[in-house]
Amino acid sequence: MRIELEKRPDVSKLFGFVSPLLALVLTLTFGAIMFAMLGKDPAAALSAFFVEPLLEVWSLHELAIKAAPLILIAVGLAVCYRSNNWNIGAEGQFTIGAITGSYLPIVFYDWHSPLVLPLMLVLGALGGALFAAVPALLKAHFNTNEILTSLMLVYIAQLFLDWLVRGAWRDPKGFNFPVSRDFAPEAVLPAIWEESGRAHWAFVFAIIAAIGVWFMLRYTLKGFEIVVLGQSERAGRFAGFSAKKMIWFSFLFSGALAGLAGISEVSGSIGHLQPAISPGYGFTAIIVAFLGRLNPLGIIASGLVLALTYLGGEAAQLSIGISDKVTRVFQGLLLFFVLSCDMLIYYKIRIVWSRARGGAV
Amino acid sequence: MSIFEAILLTVITASTPLVIAALGELVTERSGVLNLGVEGMMIIGAVGAFAAAQLTGSAYIGIVGGIVSGALFSLLFAFLTLTLVTNQVATGLALTILGLGASGMLGEAFVGAPGIRLLPIEIPVLSAIPYVGTVLFKQDLIFYLSILLVVGVNWFLFRSRTGLKIRAIGDNHASAHALGINVIRMRYLAVMFGGACAGLAGAQLSLIYTPQWTENMSSGRGWIALALVVFSSWRPWRLLAGGYLFGAVTILQLHAQAFGIGIPSQFLSMLPYAATVVVLIMISHNRRTTMINTPASLGKAFVPDR
Repeated sequence: MRIELEKRPDVSKLFGFVSPLLALVLTLTFGAIMFAMLGKDPAAALSAFFVEPLLEVWSLHELAIKAAPLILIAVGLAVCYRSNNWNIGAEGQFTIGAITGSYLPIVFYDWHSPLVLPLMLVLGALGGALFAAVPALLKAHFNTNEILTSLMLVYIAQLFLDWLVRGAWRDPKGFNFPVSRDFAPEAVLPAIWEESGRAHWAFVFAIIAAIGVWFMLRYTLKGFEIVVLGQSERAGRFAGFSAKKMIWFSFLFSGALAGLAGISEVSGSIGHLQPAISPGYGFTAIIVAFLGRLNPLGIIASGLVLALTYLGGEAAQLSIGISDKVTRVFQGLLLFFVLSCDMLIYYKIRIVWSRARGGAV
Repeated sequence: MSIFEAILLTVITASTPLVIAALGELVTERSGVLNLGVEGMMIIGAVGAFAAAQLTGSAYIGIVGGIVSGALFSLLFAFLTLTLVTNQVATGLALTILGLGASGMLGEAFVGAPGIRLLPIEIPVLSAIPYVGTVLFKQDLIFYLSILLVVGVNWFLFRSRTGLKIRAIGDNHASAHALGINVIRMRYLAVMFGGACAGLAGAQLSLIYTPQWTENMSSGRGWIALALVVFSSWRPWRLLAGGYLFGAVTILQLHAQAFGIGIPSQFLSMLPYAATVVVLIMISHNRRTTMINTPASLGKAFVPDR
């Protein structure tokens, strides 16, 4: 038995819509099998993981909190990946954005002004963009593999944060815990609707970013440039587009969004700097980008789905005693199924049962 | 044993997993497949080796467990990228994410369990040579394997017929296909060899480097191995040299921390990662030489026309 692929004459519109759903169904099926093997009731476990977090209002707020950084980062990554630039270091840009954004509320703790928060957000985005400029510079001028350099910088950023919160920026009154001092109230990103839950403005930023990028990709010359250069650098050159400038644009843009996500997370959800500020948002956002088929509106939906895996992981750990490591497994499986189902858009599958082979092999 | 010998021994221990994992990836990439899942395969190998050793009480069965789990895990990547023609970059990332998650889940039972250490083997006569003997001939099995692998892969790629085929596929899969080479089958084997090597490298981590299980214990070594392949410009001997260079950087920063020189430990810990970036710049800035050495079909999907 072997599997043969036959290229479709046209890209399948039907499967463009069905394939992400199919991927979700397959992931849930495998999840159920996995829970059964762990000796848990699959139905109860899946419901605790994916349904129960959606039934309460405060929990929906938590969903928005977790979806915000995922969507923000993934929208930037989509611009990168569409233009064939592989920024894998969003986790590092997130971390540096959180650090540069925290400069004001930590170092100038006594400066009270309504300007503090907007400046923090700008600084965070700038920091993320500057950190992403490193792999961009290396790729554009030294032809260095951006996947490896952006990834190495993640480790460097995390170690830098670790040094800051244990050293220069440690709260003198923090009982020797490696945390910075808590942000003053005017440095905290406000909640959207305080009466019902904690969700803060980062979610609004995420939606604005997604719609903005969607508009850019669809209706502007820049968007056209991104898509053309991504599909064929040669074709882009003939159209007068520069692949080098696109490296800079896509990295700076995605870095800025990751940095904004970083400072929003620290300012809105955590309230101070600490050694671990992200449960791997920068890496999970890669899955979000692909599950959303690199389309910003799709990314809003996929960001919510992946946020649910985080939330479900926490809930399931408490209610049915499943390790929170299951979350990562779910995320990995989901990416696998998304990638393999996407193939249905471009190919027809034929399973050939006979052993006889046609043609020269 | 002098301090000098002791340092050399630790350098070898730190370099061996890098060399083995990178060597596997070298063969995979020579066949034209870019598998970014080394980190994931390595950590699966580490947990597989640890589990096998715990369940049987034998570190040697642990090695087998590491190799087998790495190879099986890579099969997932092979199926997706070769049979279903998915994007190799994205699939490799998925392999890493899934590997880190699954290993954390599988390994949870083993956290804190006392590990089974693979003991060194003394080679008679040779190990009695002063200095060289203690460093090179009182090592564990995986170290000897790593050297044999470098020699073997070098011979295989450049002297054997199958090696020639693999290089041909990597340089031009369409021509290789036209010549009657089964591109997909060869690439399956090359990916699985890469997985087996990454698994063996993982086994070294959980049986020798730190004989216990901790989550994320590969800590970026899989990525450094990927950088090493670029560093070596796809040649096994250069890869061996590069692997030892990185091992030395890792160990020297640890010793520098122990001696308590004025630099904060976090900055010293950055060194291996920073060194990787610097080395990548040095290797790739000469566009012409990298273009000559890179397998031309690297990362490109192949769908045989029928």
